[in-house]
Amino acid sequence: MEKEKSSPWKSILRGLAFGLVVITFAYGFEVTNINLGELQSQRRRESLTRVLRTLARPDILEYEQVTVVVNAPVYMPCPADGSVPDILEPDRSQPYLIVTPACVESGGAVLVEGFGFTPFVSGPLRFVPGSDPTNVVTLGRENLETDASGHFSVEMTLPANRDSDDVQFIRATARENVGSPYFSRSAHETWDKIVETVFMALLATAGGTILAFPISFMAARNLMKPVKSPLASIALSAIGWPLGIWFGLQLVQWLAGVSAPYINNLPVLVASVVGVPLVMVVALRWALPQVELQPAAAGLRFARLLVVFAVVLLLIFGLFELAGLMSILGARIAAGLGSWGFLGTLLFQGGDILRLIIPLLGSLAAGGAVASFLGRIGQRMAENLSTAVARAINLLLAAMAGATLFVLGGALLEWFYQWGRPELTVYWPAAIGGGLGLLAATLASPKAVLPIGMVIYYVTRTILNALRSVEALVMAIVFVISVGIGPFAGVLALGLHTIVSLGKLYSEQVESIMAGPLEAVQATGANRLQTIVYAVIPQIIPPFISYTMYRWDINVRMSTIIGFVGGGGIGFLLLQNINLLNYRAAATQMFAIAVVVAMMDYVSSVLRERYV
Amino acid sequence: MLQINHLSKTYEGGVQALTDVTFEVPRGQFLAVIGLSGSGKSTLLRCINRLIEPTSGQILWKGEDITAASPEEMRRIRRRIGMVFQHFNLVHRSRVITNVLAGRLGYVNPAWSLVNRFPRADMEKAMIQMERVGIADKANQRADALSGGQQQRVGIARALMQDPEIILADEPVASLDPVLAHSIMKHLEDINKNDGVTVLCSLHFLDLVHRYADRVVALNEGRVVFEGLPQEIDDAKFKDIYGREAERVG
Ligand SMILES: Nc1ncnc2c1ncn2[C@@H]1O[C@H](COP(=O)(O)OP(=O)(O)O)[C@@H](O)[C@H]1O
Ligand SMILES: [Mg+2]
Repeated sequence: MEKEKSSPWKSILRGLAFGLVVITFAYGFEVTNINLGELQSQRRRESLTRVLRTLARPDILEYEQVTVVVNAPVYMPCPADGSVPDILEPDRSQPYLIVTPACVESGGAVLVEGFGFTPFVSGPLRFVPGSDPTNVVTLGRENLETDASGHFSVEMTLPANRDSDDVQFIRATARENVGSPYFSRSAHETWDKIVETVFMALLATAGGTILAFPISFMAARNLMKPVKSPLASIALSAIGWPLGIWFGLQLVQWLAGVSAPYINNLPVLVASVVGVPLVMVVALRWALPQVELQPAAAGLRFARLLVVFAVVLLLIFGLFELAGLMSILGARIAAGLGSWGFLGTLLFQGGDILRLIIPLLGSLAAGGAVASFLGRIGQRMAENLSTAVARAINLLLAAMAGATLFVLGGALLEWFYQWGRPELTVYWPAAIGGGLGLLAATLASPKAVLPIGMVIYYVTRTILNALRSVEALVMAIVFVISVGIGPFAGVLALGLHTIVSLGKLYSEQVESIMAGPLEAVQATGANRLQTIVYAVIPQIIPPFISYTMYRWDINVRMSTIIGFVGGGGIGFLLLQNINLLNYRAAATQMFAIAVVVAMMDYVSSVLRERYV
Repeated sequence: MLQINHLSKTYEGGVQALTDVTFEVPRGQFLAVIGLSGSGKSTLLRCINRLIEPTSGQILWKGEDITAASPEEMRRIRRRIGMVFQHFNLVHRSRVITNVLAGRLGYVNPAWSLVNRFPRADMEKAMIQMERVGIADKANQRADALSGGQQQRVGIARALMQDPEIILADEPVASLDPVLAHSIMKHLEDINKNDGVTVLCSLHFLDLVHRYADRVVALNEGRVVFEGLPQEIDDAKFKDIYGREAERVG
């Protein structure tokens, strides 16, 4: 009964669905301009054939060429009186042309024969309008190819609108390769750019991998789920991050100033680069004893903290000096080593990069340290204070943390849109953030632990997913605007894309590790970081290597075309040559890309097989 | 003395794995925890070192409330409670020595251990423990290159590295054949009798219980249905523990 009743509805629905599909595809045809007629057209086919034939002859090798140019007179049209124009007998001791007939009606065809040329050479055969044999303007294009006896014969149609009473000419240009082949200019250019391309991919993969590593832990549910903290601890960490980053930046800037006077003083540089690690090791040995059964006295702990702090300052100072040393040595090596100078350039650039990275590392480290320190204080407070006091403190801290976060968000908005209206970007966010903080503190019971790990997890996942939907090419456009055209923009775009996609892939691997070892290491009393190092990392190394390899493969492919939008590498050259209709050079670049990608494919599959 | 008071655990999905479990374990005892699979043995053992958070109840050890310990205190408590697992839970790709040294992670300075630096004393201790369980010659092999019995010995050596006062053994021999089972149980017995370490061991086979345990706690669907000496398990008690249809063999 029921079946019968529902069947007409079903048919109607089915019909509707079918109609919808048809409409969708019809619309698709319409918007994609599908035009099979165009495919058939003679003109299109001819140009396609021409382009494909040119592409099949990449411009890689070149010869020195000897060019032989021979002109032969021709009349167009024939003289009006019907007489046959007299043509000088060609000099038969040189290569020469015979044109028959010697005169034609406009747009007529002639047979051009060449004699006495070098065997097996080729070149263009053209009509030279006007009566000047040295005229550089030529029309039409036929190809001559000589046989073993140095002879050729080509049927040639002359242009229709170049009538003249005077003599005009047909010019044969035969080009002969001499000597041994050498790489053409476009081969050299292609080589330079393909190297650039491969290194772009390498740097992007390396950088992206390093950053994707920690991010993937934050996006792994199994690691983040157990991370729980009391509200006081979360709020203090949230305040601690920006505070620590600011503090770290100040510190690094101060140290940059302190180290600046010695930046060109080679002995001081060498001494500090050698001395700093030594002092650090000794100091750390004292400040971080390997085992400690009983917690040390407060005074001693404070002293140790100071020493560790001093060591960090020393480290940053040492890094600045190291950067200086690298620059100096790099410049000297680059100047002195000739063709190995790129090693010096590398060192020099390394120094620059280090100088860029120090503030980043310093501020992140300081942010992390301050946040974890404050977080621990928050943890203690939640454990030891009475419920009433804890609630009061929670209210205060959560309001502060909420306000801080929202004001930072407001600062970001202000930076983007430059409204210049503090009530929108400072006061209101502060009020809203503070209010939300208060709300959270009222709702959460003061000593309860909150699943902050899952919050971090969802935030990380969301950011990863959002960024993953942005193509690397689009990122490249943004970076080209922010750091200028060139490989650096390409590296940044590919690097960012690598972080995002590897972060996702890695985190899936982290989520699929065996839980047993994790549990076992936790059960020994290991802390979170120790658990990750001893139970998680050994398990994820093989898939991580495999994914990194895979990504490096993708990055090589991507870096070949990222130049289309100005991101450096071979793509820029390729695009240029295509736009200039320089198909033979373009073919060289396509060929190079194919070779590199195929090689990459092969190498990565071999490595993956061997090590995973 | 380990006291479990009114311990209950309800999993997120709503499964009530433990209901009002109460018993005591005197220092130095070899306690067997028995019950059908799914009766809550693993949950009980994991509540003791809080790999699983109990829903309610108390666990007192040496006068300290484990269930109320802060994360920091919990790490200090855990390092004196070794754990041995049914599936050994070794890190397969790490070397045996690394797996064994992992037992010291609660003691050493985290900063050094992150770069795989252990004090010399710990290295020597690891060699001694591996010799004790008879795997010293495997120290540099990958853990997954070892047989099941050998892997479980690595597990025991790892637990011993903790200088444990309690060892929680969750069906330590369930994945091994009977001959190996006895050799592993003998190691646990040795640790219990000679080092005075309290052992809580969940077991499947009653003959192992009779052979090694001082006392038995039996669970059925998360409740304690028997507590007493191994030889007190008569046919009626047996049916309480394992259900009406169960047949006693051997
Ligand atoms: N992580 C978990 N989530 C939900 N239920 C679980 C989980 N672990 C175990 N259980 C359930 O709890 C009960 C007791 O399990 P368990 O302690 O593993 O028993 P045993 O170790 O005696 O076999 C079983 O019903 C099991 O299905
Ligand atoms: Mg179990």
